[in-house]
Amino acid sequence: MTDTEKNERPPAEKTPGPGTGVPAAGGLDARLVVERGAFRLDVTLSAAPGDVVALLGPNGAGKTTALRALAGLVPLSGGHLRLDGVELDRTPPESRPVGVVFQDYLLFPHLTALDNVAFGPRCRGASRARSRAQAAAWLERLGLAAHAAAKPRRLSGGQAQRVALARALATHPRLLLLDEPLAALDARTRLDVRAQLRRHLADFEAVAVLVTHDPLDAMVLADHLVVVEDGHVVQEGAPSHIARRPRTDYIAHLVGLNLYRGQAAGHTVRLDDGPVITTAEDLTGPAFVAFPPSAVTLHRDRPTGTSARNLWRCEVAGLETHGDRIRADLTGELPLAADLTTVAAAELDLHPGAAVWATVKATQTHAYHD
Amino acid sequence: MTASPETGAAAGPRTGGPRRPRPLRGGAPLPLLVPALIGLAFLVLPLVALLVRAPWTSMPELLTSTEVWQALRLSLICATAATAVSMVIGVPLAWLLARVEFPGRGLVRALVTLPLVLPPVVGGVALLMALGRNGVVGRWLDSWFGLTLPFTTTGVVLAEAFVAMPFLVISVEGTLRAADPRYEEAATTLGASRFTAFRRVTLPLIAPGIAAGAVLAWARALGEFGATITFAGNFPGRTQTMPLAVYLALQSDPEAAVALSLVLLAVSIAVLAGLRDRWMTAS
Repeated sequence: MTDTEKNERPPAEKTPGPGTGVPAAGGLDARLVVERGAFRLDVTLSAAPGDVVALLGPNGAGKTTALRALAGLVPLSGGHLRLDGVELDRTPPESRPVGVVFQDYLLFPHLTALDNVAFGPRCRGASRARSRAQAAAWLERLGLAAHAAAKPRRLSGGQAQRVALARALATHPRLLLLDEPLAALDARTRLDVRAQLRRHLADFEAVAVLVTHDPLDAMVLADHLVVVEDGHVVQEGAPSHIARRPRTDYIAHLVGLNLYRGQAAGHTVRLDDGPVITTAEDLTGPAFVAFPPSAVTLHRDRPTGTSARNLWRCEVAGLETHGDRIRADLTGELPLAADLTTVAAAELDLHPGAAVWATVKATQTHAYHD
Repeated sequence: MTASPETGAAAGPRTGGPRRPRPLRGGAPLPLLVPALIGLAFLVLPLVALLVRAPWTSMPELLTSTEVWQALRLSLICATAATAVSMVIGVPLAWLLARVEFPGRGLVRALVTLPLVLPPVVGGVALLMALGRNGVVGRWLDSWFGLTLPFTTTGVVLAEAFVAMPFLVISVEGTLRAADPRYEEAATTLGASRFTAFRRVTLPLIAPGIAAGAVLAWARALGEFGATITFAGNFPGRTQTMPLAVYLALQSDPEAAVALSLVLLAVSIAVLAGLRDRWMTAS
């Protein structure tokens, strides 16, 4: 899969590899091999500056190990690691131009938000005053100026996440690593923080690699997905591509999510290709709408007394069993996947080609800014 | 509580500790209750006796004598110096034991713990063999640098540090093990060397553990008797600390011994009060 798509803007600064003979290509070029007992991680990653790559996979697949190897916290057993043309295989973590946002942020509890962010610049040689000035600028940029003097325990989950991001960015990394950046947040904060993080990652001019087990996070935040199972890459490509053609059960399960993009106006989102989805959230402008297949209810006849705000006429394109559920693949006004019990599928007499009405309650959709 | 307007708003919280499970009421079986009360009496009675027999009237006079002040001053100075020595070399030792994998680590930990269980007199003899004028190392200190350690105030500090440092090392090592090593990793990804990470991140994080260990070590050093009298002797003003003074006084002037003991008891209670949050509330 060649996806080093041409980036409009050239990398800000190119650091030529010291006598490696390798052309000073910007971005990340890595093959990470880590052997630990019976477990072997072998993952190839490449990305151009400005790219956001998501490593997606089940627990224990080796995603976090890959991230730690990129940061230098785990030594490589083999392979190579080049960043902007510079070999980093043997570089200790403190000398790598890499920033990490850890899963539970690991903000230093004894330091204020400002001093947490100033820590990196200070360690990299800036004077005390200068590193604090830089830190203040980063906090300002992430909308945290009011919390500069707060200790981490006084920050909300979303604020702590942004302080962690500011801390990682303050060292001007050429590679930004994010380990489950949204996992520590509750469902409500998550939507907001995800949208903010998406904007910040879009602004970031170097390579960002994030690790997640949440397909929604991966699809919203990344332009390129690398699906890792049992230490190996099983599929990679653009999110839409992976969503269309899953190659393993795991990915099929992962992308078992209806995700749409359109223009929001109040409680509705008009999709780029026509249909309108009514949502619980009140938004304007470009937006995403997502809902799980289990949120879809199917009817053979046009339902009358339903409270669901979304009603589409569809046709069954295919049926598949997923454990004890049936996954119905629908085409028509809106392509979507619906989950129903085996009993319900039998009662509805579903078969490929059957005409159905699909309803989704507005409260079961999630809409958020693009 | 009757229907006063406030009770409605403040429904629920009872006075006293929040969310602490209440112990079972009544019903402690006699075979447990009787030995428990005997045990309590055994521990408390001697202290009560000390208070009962205290020469309260002559107390001010006894406590203002030069010898008492000398001994108390020397005790405080030496215990503090021994604690400082223990911190400077004990904290890095604790870090080594907690954070670095090396062969024989279990053996090293056992050796560090040994002075905890070793009779202090044996420690004193061992120190003499090592650092005495004819000791394994002491003879070189003497002939090369003209340094004599036994029977000096420095000797008191060393004897106390030998006995007290394990308390600090054990306490700090425990705190280090409980502390999340990933903070150090986070610091390295920000450009900190391992030492900078230790100094700027780990040390502040484990400060409460160091403080608790230091207080324990200080209290142990203050009460040190066996190793001190063996290695440093009993010279008033130079090596005679409070415990030695108490022992000596008991033979000539028992009233003075009681008075001195009360001073040490007061210091111990103060230390316990200082550590209350850490040790006494352990559930």
